[in-house]
Amino acid sequence: MYAGLDMGSRTIGFVVLSGDRIVVSKLEDTGFEPIKTAKKLLTKDYDEIVATGYGRHAVAAEFSGRVVTEIKAHALGAAFLFNGARTVLDIGGQDTKVILMNEKASVIDFQMNDKCSAGTGKFLEVMSEAMGHTHVSEFGKEALRGSGGVKISSMCTVFAESEAVSLVHRGAKREDIGLALHSSAVDKAAGMLKRIGFKTPLVFTGGVAKNPCIVKLLSERLGVEIYVPREPQLVGALGAALSGSSHQLQ
Amino acid sequence: MGDYRKMWQDLGLDMESHDQLLEVLPPTYHDVYLTQENRPQVMEYFDFVVNEIHGLRIEELQQHKSAGGKVIGTFCVFVPEEIIRAAGGICIGLCSGIEIGAGEAEKVLPRNICPLIKSFMGFKLAKVCPYFESSDMVVGETTCDGKKKAFEILNDYVPVHVMETPHMKKDQDRKLWEEEVKDFARHIEGFTGNSISAVSLAQSVRESNDKRRALKRLSELRKRDPVVISGKDCLLIEQIAMYDDVARFTSKVNELCDELEKRLESGVGIFPAGTPRVIVTGTPMAIPNWKVPHIIESSGAVMVAEEMCTGMRYFENEVSEQGTDIDSIINNVAERYLGTNCAVFTPNTGRMERLTELVKEYRADGVIHCALSFCNPYAVEANRVEQVLRQQGIPLLKIETGYDQEDAGQLKTRVEAFVEMIKE
Repeated sequence: MYAGLDMGSRTIGFVVLSGDRIVVSKLEDTGFEPIKTAKKLLTKDYDEIVATGYGRHAVAAEFSGRVVTEIKAHALGAAFLFNGARTVLDIGGQDTKVILMNEKASVIDFQMNDKCSAGTGKFLEVMSEAMGHTHVSEFGKEALRGSGGVKISSMCTVFAESEAVSLVHRGAKREDIGLALHSSAVDKAAGMLKRIGFKTPLVFTGGVAKNPCIVKLLSERLGVEIYVPREPQLVGALGAALSGSSHQLQ
Repeated sequence: MGDYRKMWQDLGLDMESHDQLLEVLPPTYHDVYLTQENRPQVMEYFDFVVNEIHGLRIEELQQHKSAGGKVIGTFCVFVPEEIIRAAGGICIGLCSGIEIGAGEAEKVLPRNICPLIKSFMGFKLAKVCPYFESSDMVVGETTCDGKKKAFEILNDYVPVHVMETPHMKKDQDRKLWEEEVKDFARHIEGFTGNSISAVSLAQSVRESNDKRRALKRLSELRKRDPVVISGKDCLLIEQIAMYDDVARFTSKVNELCDELEKRLESGVGIFPAGTPRVIVTGTPMAIPNWKVPHIIESSGAVMVAEEMCTGMRYFENEVSEQGTDIDSIINNVAERYLGTNCAVFTPNTGRMERLTELVKEYRADGVIHCALSFCNPYAVEANRVEQVLRQQGIPLLKIETGYDQEDAGQLKTRVEAFVEMIKE
């Protein structure tokens, strides 16, 4: 059995593989004691523990595991779930990645956003709160009902928030502002995908892939179908576990 | 390090800020350098030089000054050190790779400017650099717009002589540069009160060439797999080249090469054979900027060459030693410096050609392009580099970063992913 643990900025993904079969898959909040949470998840003896995500080195050191980057983990996970996948878009809590793969699911190019959180899960969380939603999932659903005509021009989390607030004061409808904010996040992702010269099939992973408005807008913007896994937040952990088992085969 | 407090006070350093600066360096140096395993013995000398960075070398400069000599600070590999030494001066590279005195610097500079410029202004205004305070004059150049305009401001605090460096390599540019070098020689003669003779210039040319040959020799030794010295150590040596005594430095580099040649025979490397090899290209990494190299070499790869001003551009070309009269020697000096493949030139095709040659010569698996934040010449030229490398199927990772550490985690992910990619 191979354990994959994706220690992200917001969530911890955990997948255990036995052969080709996923036997455990769990998602926890990262919280403030991530290693403790990881300890609770890792209950058995595994052939190997492979860590990925922002805290991968801490996990690997604690449980004498191996590390693989999020880039490679998402590529492996996406190709396992969607045979023939050529591009992965991963939007997590703090960053956005686009990964280009060849036919054999090997990474051939990738891009990550720079230090700033524009267009990431954090951006959507802040905007959701600014728009008075108690949960970010409501924000995405409501934005789907919005109509165009309102535009947010800033991609910066701080500036976009003040732009949104001033739109509220001008009497714009909340769902329209929501749509504009989602559209701003999509601009950023679409820009990165175009820069890298993305190929189809395109798989969308990470927490933001659960947002139906982002998926719809992005698909329209790019003019392609977007494949979203049932559990987009666990693709990194799955890829880490897969890298463990494939590592063994070599 | 000995007690140099009196010397620092006499130099007019801001003691409190200087103490803070001195506290930053040792732990960083320990983590980046002293934790490396199986380092060559001769690296002890370079460790010592870093340890004495504000001590012994500064003392040497003071001795030189009290014997009537001048210390001249520079910021660019375009400034011919041969001319300075031929007039009995000591040439010191003043660029710095640490964020210091940013608050002071921002009083005179815009907030969003290249960290190298902000750093030298910060060092001067905050009075924390004994090299700056030992410099009787500094030499600027018109390489990039940021530096060019910053030198006008720096001149308020220390005399600055600015050399006009051309931005193209046409015949008229060569003529301009020759005139600039001649003008510089006259200026240095006036400033030091010593005339430059054919004999003194020929000697300083020889010494600088010997230094370049030693560095080139070290570089050649990195072509083999497994590598016998880390890229971080080589970068350190290239950084120290900018301020150490020329003859002593040259002999230490040669001594190191002797040791490394023995290592080559034994087949023992500092990293295992087959470790992915990368070439770093881009903006200079002034001491103590070891951020990206440290990330590279702690992510399972080794840096085998630096196509940078703190690297190959500093030592690749030699000054021709043909010619005995002063004019022809000065022309030889000018000619050598114009061969530098800096991104301020348009076009700068020489850099792309050299880079692709280096990839073959050093058997590199990939290239990492590092531009300092807000460095337009390199950040824009990255596109030309990308185009050429892509045509040749050479993997490239582009990084834009400053002197802060806030993006270290993200950079580590990107570099590790790049290493995973070139390994496959």
